[in-house]
Amino acid sequence: MVENLLSLAIWTPIVAGLLVLATGGDKNAGLARIVALVGALAAFLVTVPLFTDFKSLHGGMQFTEFAPWIASLNINYHLGVDGISMLFVVLNSFTTLMVILAGWQVIQTRVAQYMAAFLIMSGLINGAFAALDAVLFYVFFEAMLIPMYLIIGVWGGPRRVYASIKFFLYTLLGSLLMLVAFVYLYFHADKSFEILKFQTLVLPLSVQMLLFFAFFMSFAVKVPMWPVHTWLPDAHVEAPTGGSMVLAAITLKIGAYGFLRFALPILPDASRELAPLMIALSLVAVVYIGLVALVQTDMKKLVAYSSISHMGFVTLGMFMFAGDSLNQWAIEGALVQMVSHGFVSAGMFFCIGVMYDRVHSRNIADYGGVANKMPIFAAFFMLFAMANSGLPATSGFVGEFMVIMGAVQVNFWFAFAAATTLIFGAAYTLWMYKRVVFGDVGNHHVEEMQDVNKREFLVLAVLGVAVLGMGLVPDLFASKMHLSVNDLIAHVAHSKLK
Amino acid sequence: MSWADLNLMPAMPEIALLCAVSVILVLDLFLDDAKRSITYGLSLLTLAGCAALTLSTLNPYPELTFSGMFIADPMAGVIKLAMYAAVAVTLIYSRQYALDRGFFRGEFFTLTLFSLLGMMVMVSAHHLLTLYMGLELLSLALYALVALQRDSARGTEAAMKYFVLGALASGMLLYGMSMLYGATGSLDIAVIAKALAGGTANQTLALFGLVFIVAGLAFKLGAVPFHMWVPDVYHGAPTAITLLIGGAPKLAAFVFVVRILMQGLEPLMMHWQGMLVILAVLSMALGNLTAIAQTNLKRMFAYSTISHMGFLLLGILVGTPEGLSAAMFYAIIYVLMSLVGFGILVALSRAGYECETLDDIKGLNKHNSWLAFMMLLAMFSMAGIPPLAGFYAKFAILKAVVDVGLVWLAIIAVVFSLIGAFYYLRVVKTMYFDDAGEVPPQANGTYWVLSANALALLALGVFPDKLLAICIEAMKQSFQTL
Repeated sequence: MVENLLSLAIWTPIVAGLLVLATGGDKNAGLARIVALVGALAAFLVTVPLFTDFKSLHGGMQFTEFAPWIASLNINYHLGVDGISMLFVVLNSFTTLMVILAGWQVIQTRVAQYMAAFLIMSGLINGAFAALDAVLFYVFFEAMLIPMYLIIGVWGGPRRVYASIKFFLYTLLGSLLMLVAFVYLYFHADKSFEILKFQTLVLPLSVQMLLFFAFFMSFAVKVPMWPVHTWLPDAHVEAPTGGSMVLAAITLKIGAYGFLRFALPILPDASRELAPLMIALSLVAVVYIGLVALVQTDMKKLVAYSSISHMGFVTLGMFMFAGDSLNQWAIEGALVQMVSHGFVSAGMFFCIGVMYDRVHSRNIADYGGVANKMPIFAAFFMLFAMANSGLPATSGFVGEFMVIMGAVQVNFWFAFAAATTLIFGAAYTLWMYKRVVFGDVGNHHVEEMQDVNKREFLVLAVLGVAVLGMGLVPDLFASKMHLSVNDLIAHVAHSKLK
Repeated sequence: MSWADLNLMPAMPEIALLCAVSVILVLDLFLDDAKRSITYGLSLLTLAGCAALTLSTLNPYPELTFSGMFIADPMAGVIKLAMYAAVAVTLIYSRQYALDRGFFRGEFFTLTLFSLLGMMVMVSAHHLLTLYMGLELLSLALYALVALQRDSARGTEAAMKYFVLGALASGMLLYGMSMLYGATGSLDIAVIAKALAGGTANQTLALFGLVFIVAGLAFKLGAVPFHMWVPDVYHGAPTAITLLIGGAPKLAAFVFVVRILMQGLEPLMMHWQGMLVILAVLSMALGNLTAIAQTNLKRMFAYSTISHMGFLLLGILVGTPEGLSAAMFYAIIYVLMSLVGFGILVALSRAGYECETLDDIKGLNKHNSWLAFMMLLAMFSMAGIPPLAGFYAKFAILKAVVDVGLVWLAIIAVVFSLIGAFYYLRVVKTMYFDDAGEVPPQANGTYWVLSANALALLALGVFPDKLLAICIEAMKQSFQTL
């Protein structure tokens, strides 16, 4: 077994990104694409052993690495993953590979910079998931804003400047407060930035509340939770296809992951106290944003709102306290939902991207009867649309079902409100699907549409297999996280006030 | 005291620099314009020589000479080394710019070196008079440099403003010093500290003196409400001179503040701490908010400097060794960032064309992606985004501030950093997202040094430990026996 697997997962894509940049201007675009693909493939392959060699029966962190980094501030290069974060490292490297393929022909200007931005960002995201040192986490967490800012701003749509700056400032606001919280915790943890040490701290409730607010600002913006979600539709709509895929599939998950890694275990009492608030905000996201999605005329915006609604499900599952302890169904459901949403939203955005490349419109009204011209594509699109509405046997069903199961055990009405998403989700997704794909050929643009090429087919097929596979054998993923989730629940059940 | 007792070693770099400048001054008279490279080369050689001398006389403890008027301690040593580098880099960046504008002459080199000498004396002063002498030597050289382009009305106006306001600030400083003398009976920093701590000094008079001194210091740092000169001077001076003003003098000003407030007036800390809090918060607020409204990059950088000085003051006002070393680290990193920012403006200016507004760098990424990338590094570093060096500078200061329990101050600081991020982002936006204007920006000359400078921001961002440890160690050693 190779040592330093996590370091490889972080640095392989970053080094590959720098190599891609070194290929120079657009005259070497072909070379840049190949280097990027090889790099992304290598980066994905090094994360596969993380999944296969992960010991589901061992608690705590695995594949740990430790090296002093900034000794004068007691900051260490400390990496490790548990059953929760490991899944996201793998998911992220997988998505990056898809993104590189998705942008293969579509991106024609500044190809090297585009590919490099995604590869570097992929490494940084892996770093954020694997970091066990708070400052190391923060460095990765913040650094990924830079490539994302450029991706939206350089390759995005007409309102890209507004969207990129909004995205950057929104997320920066939250994270700066989190930084102050980290520094505060540092002095309480005997001058250490170890996240695991933070989790053992005894803190009075008033302090926990303030720290929770700081973490909330940071992670809620990233998730995004209602009412700090407004950057997401803008960013998604203006981002290029690859940018939307990464945003939806991965960066949103970092927010939810932050709640699991920081807010819940470090501040269990504040989390318990504020759970009703979190649940309320999540339900607003699920119901209200679901309704908002229904009236969208722009496909990308519709999927963006659907992402917010689905992430509302995730945060709902995370804060399902029954008495002192979290509900295991709900929290595992939230995690499954996160992974599943990674596949489904990537698939949805890719499908929209495929149509946009042909017609250059995201308006639902500009389509109609696509199935007549692109039957293969329509079949795949159907699969993702079904998964997005939570059809059984797709991955979308498993997570939602588990969260609802958990919610029923806690409070019937929570479950009832949450379950409406199954209706709204089906409504907005399938209605959009109907208007775009079925019916007569709408106009001459649709008339000229060509079915998917081999590259697009490959991406759709791989994502489709993932969606179906996860729906049929959810235990493949769930079994890896059982122990870590149980540890988390046991940890959170233990009050830190005394 | 006889000559034999006089230990000249601690002041060797200053003495060597003075001799070298005099030689360059005379030699330049015999050279015609085509041979200025000789004096230019000699100036760089002088800086290298000074660096070697400082390195060889660097002791891990403070050393006094000239009857306690002059001190060589690790803080001064490290800062001087950083200043040599900053001035050398300034000369290298400005070469083409100065050639194009006809001030690639002896005056430029000698005045720059004289200003460096003034900074070095400031940094090593252990007596209020020495301190003042160094400050005036620096200021007078800078006034002349700002007006170096004699036919530029803007430059002359800036120089006049700088001179008048600078003289006013010097007057306040001197007035404060005289009051301190009246209160404590001495101008020696160590004696002042002893008298204040021992309670033998006239407290009221000393406090009055303190107010004037803080006002004078705030002026030299460019902290609000004594910042008025900064935007005008930055904007009016030729960019190469702005590059100089925005670099090394900030390091000198930092040590200047530490020497007077921490080493001399530490017993009055509870009084000056409050004043610095106000100065710091106002500087961060006004600097960042006003910078948003600027379309001229030089003015924008000027306001950004004001906000950075506010942040720097946070590190000083906590008064702990952690705070001071964090502030020292911040000052060094700030100078690195500022050199990249102005260095790129200098590199993009040609004869008869000044690159100084946002429009001038539109679409830079398309024409020169390397320069754009370097500017991007500088901007994100100034905004304090990891993994760039500026992040650790801010982080270390925040840490020191939270450590003394001033969490609210840390929150104010991060909120204003967020506001500041907007205009740095706008620069990146202009370079990367906008289409180029009619005249695509072209760089002049080669820029190996600039590249090294910009990449240093990234390298120090990934491995900040070495420099941080040097700052911490230098501060510890400089304060051990005092």
